[in-house]
Amino acid sequence: MPPSPSWLHPNPNGLFCEPGGFYIDPARPVSRALITHGHSDHARSGHDAYLATSETVEVMKLRLGPNHNYQSTRYHETHNINGVTVRFIPAGHILGSAQILLEWQGQRIVASGDYKRSLDPTCAPFEPVACDVFITEATFALPVFCHEPADKEVARLIISIAQNPDRNHLLGVYGLGKAQRIIALLRQQGFTHTIWLHGALVELCKLYERLGVKLGDVRPVSEADAKTLKGELVLCPPSATHDRWAAKFGNAITSFASGWMRVRARARQRGAELPLIISDHADWPQLLQTIEDVEAPEIWVTHGREDALVHQLALMGRKARALALIGFEDEAE
Amino acid sequence: MDRFAELLNRLSTCAERNGKLKLLSSYFREAPDPDRGLALAVLTDNLPVSFPMRRVLADLIPRRADPVLYKLSRDYVGDTAETVALIWKPEPRVRWNDLSLNAILTHFQSAKPKDMADILETALDNLDANGRFALLKFLGGALRVGVSARLAKTALAQAYGVDVGIIEEVWHALTPPYAALFTWLEGAGPKPDAGEAPFYRPVMLAHAIEDNDWQNFAPHEIAAEWKWDGIRVQIASTGTEAKLFSRQGDDISATFPEIIQAFAKTRGVLDGELLVRRDGAIQPFNQLQQRLNRKTVTAKMRAQYPAHVRLYDILYDDKTDVRALTFDARRQRLENWFTREQPAYADLSSLVPVESFEALRALWSTTRHEGIEGLMLKRRASPYLAGRPKGHWFKWKRAPLTMDCVLIYAQRGAGRRASLHSDFTFGCWKGAELVPVGKAYFGFTDAELKQLDKFIRENTVERFGPVRVVKPELVLEVAFDAVNASNRHKSGVAMRFPRIHRIRWDKPAQEADKLETLIGLIDKN
Repeated sequence: MPPSPSWLHPNPNGLFCEPGGFYIDPARPVSRALITHGHSDHARSGHDAYLATSETVEVMKLRLGPNHNYQSTRYHETHNINGVTVRFIPAGHILGSAQILLEWQGQRIVASGDYKRSLDPTCAPFEPVACDVFITEATFALPVFCHEPADKEVARLIISIAQNPDRNHLLGVYGLGKAQRIIALLRQQGFTHTIWLHGALVELCKLYERLGVKLGDVRPVSEADAKTLKGELVLCPPSATHDRWAAKFGNAITSFASGWMRVRARARQRGAELPLIISDHADWPQLLQTIEDVEAPEIWVTHGREDALVHQLALMGRKARALALIGFEDEAE
Repeated sequence: MDRFAELLNRLSTCAERNGKLKLLSSYFREAPDPDRGLALAVLTDNLPVSFPMRRVLADLIPRRADPVLYKLSRDYVGDTAETVALIWKPEPRVRWNDLSLNAILTHFQSAKPKDMADILETALDNLDANGRFALLKFLGGALRVGVSARLAKTALAQAYGVDVGIIEEVWHALTPPYAALFTWLEGAGPKPDAGEAPFYRPVMLAHAIEDNDWQNFAPHEIAAEWKWDGIRVQIASTGTEAKLFSRQGDDISATFPEIIQAFAKTRGVLDGELLVRRDGAIQPFNQLQQRLNRKTVTAKMRAQYPAHVRLYDILYDDKTDVRALTFDARRQRLENWFTREQPAYADLSSLVPVESFEALRALWSTTRHEGIEGLMLKRRASPYLAGRPKGHWFKWKRAPLTMDCVLIYAQRGAGRRASLHSDFTFGCWKGAELVPVGKAYFGFTDAELKQLDKFIRENTVERFGPVRVVKPELVLEVAFDAVNASNRHKSGVAMRFPRIHRIRWDKPAQEADKLETLIGLIDKN
């Protein structure tokens, strides 16, 4: 077996490409950062220079402020950074999300960031790229995580809304990606009704619309008289479903959309009366499928349940190691 | 199976009683026969056969899952049935066309023990994740979705607009999958013959006495009894069979076999308090707690915590319904009945003389021992009425004990209180340290709850999941009925029925009570 490439390795700042002199999704301020996607544990403030897809740059402008040194790229565009060839490949996680393909001295490494293989009308689908080393996330790396088809879960939500004309639905979702994906899936299934938004989701939905993702009739719930709302769907950040803010919607059905909802105890802890198993991360079958697809002899495993995936990879005859990267929220989704 | 699986799925995340009732009643109305009857059987703990789940799974899991991955998964999920349901990758070699609950169970019914694992394997291969979970829970015999037998019957009654009392009355005459019951409820058949077996009747409950109640009766119109700190039970017996029911109508006969044995040959329906009585003395409530909620009971448990029923009313004297009679007439019947039948593990609740309310009050305020919670006052002229009718029975709980404690943790409530911190843990001083001594959920007004919530938000120092650690500054005057020694709590004591009595915004935390004071209040029997 050839020795593991050593030109890309973790250090206290994050995942460092030595010949390129840049980091991928670094946790601490660095001079040059390549960002896979806009979630806050990947796209952080304080770097001297950023390179990301144009959609991710738009997200960062909104969340980190417009005055950083951002450089945009299209998918598949080739960049040469100090002799390292860099390309951004769709990862299917959220709008603008990318795997970062690095080539140096004939070796290919793909840092996939977060990814999924399932239906998402709001972003380009994951593209497998053959490589020597594939770096995978492990958020849902246990064989119990086999997410339901997202359209099936959304159909359950539509049925529940129809069955409860006297109660509002409060759906807890992450504001970037999950919210817009669910809205788009609802629209695909012919749900044309107004969807109300908690203030924290408004700007991100506007951004998606500006970038060409149609969300239909979405409005800030602050424009409505909460007391008169009945049988309506309100999207909010997960923490808000049990906050004081939620009280004004009366005896609402609290729902939460996340891959964690696969496990009933987690749904109960969340207090989700209608848990929806919708994830923007690869589930176990998708992780294994992807590892087959990229044909990489060596797999590096990051944030999540590394132990189970490393064990499974050994069973599959792959060389596997857990990369101890800091700063990623493996529980967040 | 889909319908039943969806029901379990929804029940497992529904915390409200009304929500559960709604889910259950629409299931009973809409699900096909005999599946709904089988569901009713498992919900009421009436499954005819028990399935050797542990043995079968030990055989089956290694066939289909890597042991390391299974263990990592089981540790994460925390429930065997759910882990198996989720980890299972269906590879159906045999397709079953009929996936109703009944059809699936039929495969097991005729099987030899050695074939059970093969059949379960095929069944799991034919189902989706929710179906697999539902089947495993069903076969395990305990759904664990917070639905009691009584709640299931109440939902059934609601589904068809009948009184739950009628369901109880015919219940014993029915067997799973309850075809005759559903046919009758849907108006397509006769009412099942209730026959002879004992069943539950709704009990009569008391109101807490209020200051202006006293003017409505004179001492001679009132009978008084000690209020015993046990659980309310009903014993129904026909001369050949006896059953013991909780206040809610759940059949708890299996948990207290000595009571069933003692009453088996008697005839009637009696009302009383279930207690633990050892060496002639009533024991504190936490000893009774050791015996509650057990499906089977060992000889050791029986010897250590002997059950006892203190009888205080009679609903049926043999086959005669005496509920319309006055308290005095029923009391006479009860005394005669007791003299005649003489059941073991039972005695009569004695009447406390009521010469004047002043004398009664003196007695009430000085008696604090042996599981007495206070006094019950019953109008001598009142009939036995189901539910909680006003103006007939009054509970007069002895003045509670109180302690000044310091709020240390808070957690958000559920349901109506979902957005507010309404679940409070408080502590007492042990030297310079505050040790938790109890938890309270009520005793405050809505306005006070909002103030408490605000205090908690502004004084949170740390969070562990849903629990907030609060700066130890707020003194709560906590009322409680008794203190028992307990090895379940770090402090070594457990309060009985603690509630917030007053919020002492004015009092510095350093002046709150000491743990040793609380220990000094432990009931000594």
